[in-house]
Amino acid sequence: MWRYLVRRILWAGVLMLGVTLVTFVLFYLAPESPERAVCGGVGGNAAVPSCMRQATKKLGLDHPVYYQYGLFLKRLIIDRSLGTSFITKQPVNHVIGRAARVTASLVFGGAILWLTLGLLVGILSALRPRSLLDRAGMVFVLIGVSAHPVWIGLIFSYFFGYKLRNFPIHTPIAGYAPILNPAPGQPGGVVQWAYHLILPWCTFAILFAALYARMIRANVLETLNEDFVRTARAKGAPEGRVMRSHVLRNALLPVVTMLGMDIGLALGGAIFTETVYTLPGLGRTAILAIGSYDLTVVQGVVIFATLSIIVFNLIVDVLYAWVDPRIRLT
Amino acid sequence: MALLEVNDLHTSFATDDGIVRAVEGVSFTVEKGQTLGIVGESGCGKSVTCLTIMGLNPKRNTITSGEALWKGKNLLTAKPRALREIRGAEISMIFQDPMTSLNPVHTIGKQLIEAVQLHRDVTTRAARARARELLKAVGIPRADARMDDYPHQFSGGMRQRVMIAMALINDPDLLIADEPTTALDVTTQAQILTLMKRLQEEFGSAIMMITHDLGVVAEVADDVLVMYAANVVEQADVDDLFNRPQHPYTWGLMGSLPRLEADLERLTQIPGQPPSLLRPPAGCRFHPRCPHVMEVCKTTVPPLAPSERDAAHLQACHLDQETKDREAAKLIEATMAEAR
Repeated sequence: MWRYLVRRILWAGVLMLGVTLVTFVLFYLAPESPERAVCGGVGGNAAVPSCMRQATKKLGLDHPVYYQYGLFLKRLIIDRSLGTSFITKQPVNHVIGRAARVTASLVFGGAILWLTLGLLVGILSALRPRSLLDRAGMVFVLIGVSAHPVWIGLIFSYFFGYKLRNFPIHTPIAGYAPILNPAPGQPGGVVQWAYHLILPWCTFAILFAALYARMIRANVLETLNEDFVRTARAKGAPEGRVMRSHVLRNALLPVVTMLGMDIGLALGGAIFTETVYTLPGLGRTAILAIGSYDLTVVQGVVIFATLSIIVFNLIVDVLYAWVDPRIRLT
Repeated sequence: MALLEVNDLHTSFATDDGIVRAVEGVSFTVEKGQTLGIVGESGCGKSVTCLTIMGLNPKRNTITSGEALWKGKNLLTAKPRALREIRGAEISMIFQDPMTSLNPVHTIGKQLIEAVQLHRDVTTRAARARARELLKAVGIPRADARMDDYPHQFSGGMRQRVMIAMALINDPDLLIADEPTTALDVTTQAQILTLMKRLQEEFGSAIMMITHDLGVVAEVADDVLVMYAANVVEQADVDDLFNRPQHPYTWGLMGSLPRLEADLERLTQIPGQPPSLLRPPAGCRFHPRCPHVMEVCKTTVPPLAPSERDAAHLQACHLDQETKDREAAKLIEATMAEAR
């Protein structure tokens, strides 16, 4: 078990090196130079030559690419710093930290919503296959799987935000209210936070809720046909107990895996939902940074996303070995 | 009063292709401490008969009629709650495939304890002691330590022992064993059968042994029911059945047992396949495969009636008694020749 963990963590380090190297090289190959970006030269604007010379020196751009990568690694490992944004000149650690809070609020809230909805629809549908309830559930699944989050986001914004004016869609702070330390004159606190996130949560959760409902329904139906469920009934167990202790306990094992991996993946940025609700999360930060050729910020998002995927995969593996006795980590 | 008395049991399933009549007019009784063997090919309705008695068929598409009197009370019309109290306590069941019959995510101990506590208001400690006692009785070494193991840590034969322990844990009056040895290898089969016989003496339970193996029947059964395509075709006590089989299907089953004669290249078989229960053949259901088929067999269903020689020996065949005696004698002769 411990050997397994150590090995996994070492591999995570190798993976991290690879991913950052690829990002670095891609930016190096791109037909745009960092010094022009730093001096506001993106998009056809003229950059001041003196500024560019200064930036070249300061960023170490006159060195070969492997030396620059070495500098980046040294800064990351020794100073634990992702550097400074080319454009806003803010420390990237802060940029990522702020954006991660937004994305995490969206993803974890959304996960609770989609899991609840998926379990409810999936289990009820499986208990009464072909019933009206089941058919209605499967229509929901079909819609959820087919509808794009951007489209759902626009529809929600139009009806709930614009027509009914129930929900905020474009508040001055770009659709997000932090729980702690809001900017002066801006909404903040748990209630405002949740109020601003209800529409994004729903939008984000619909696709996953549909996927989970479909998977849970299929798993429960399959498990209901298992021999050990018949054994439990033959023992005289009441239906509720059969369902809880024998059916669900087995049918929900794959949900653990899926949930962990989906959360890990989504933490790297829920690009569509964040864009449509102008939430300043990681996905939107990454999109903006790519547009303005802000290498350090993009690198920061990539590192955070990779890290979250690695960490959640590890959590899934350990959790799975704990809930399923047949799995041993070696 | 008989322990279990089944009268004219019918079970059908509504499927997308139509109504499948899986059991049609089965009647039998099981006496206290006796063993009834039910023999037949796959899909002849033997398992469905048992699942119907236990009330374990899927409720949505099953149609049942007739009666199954358990100590005088009809199980088919019993309330779910009443049925639940009988299941696992008075009647328990062992299934064919021990590899899939135990819940993979719970320990053996937990599953045994659950079986006790579903029916008895005892502490977990007492239930655990009872579970340990049963595991010892079915011959699981280091029973105490193995209680905390999961099913995948046991071999197939050991899992079937665990299933037997679980079935016997509440001292049932009747144990229904649905092909308990089919999924096991031959040496393990013999061990399990011996174990069941020993435990039957110890616990005094009646057994319904469902099997397609006549060897198993000969070994354990007191009475035998031969089923073919949802019907009972022959019913007798075990000695009678093996000494004077009265139905061509039974002859076929006995003739197809493997023998040690070296000059036989292939096993004898009953030609053809069992009919679809969606559209069974008219008349006697065995007639398309029967070597003795007559015109009357194709139109008229032979009733299950006492044979001319023995009122307790029931059979459903149009053949005259002379032919039956001759064929039976021929079969016995062949078997004896091999024994010599």
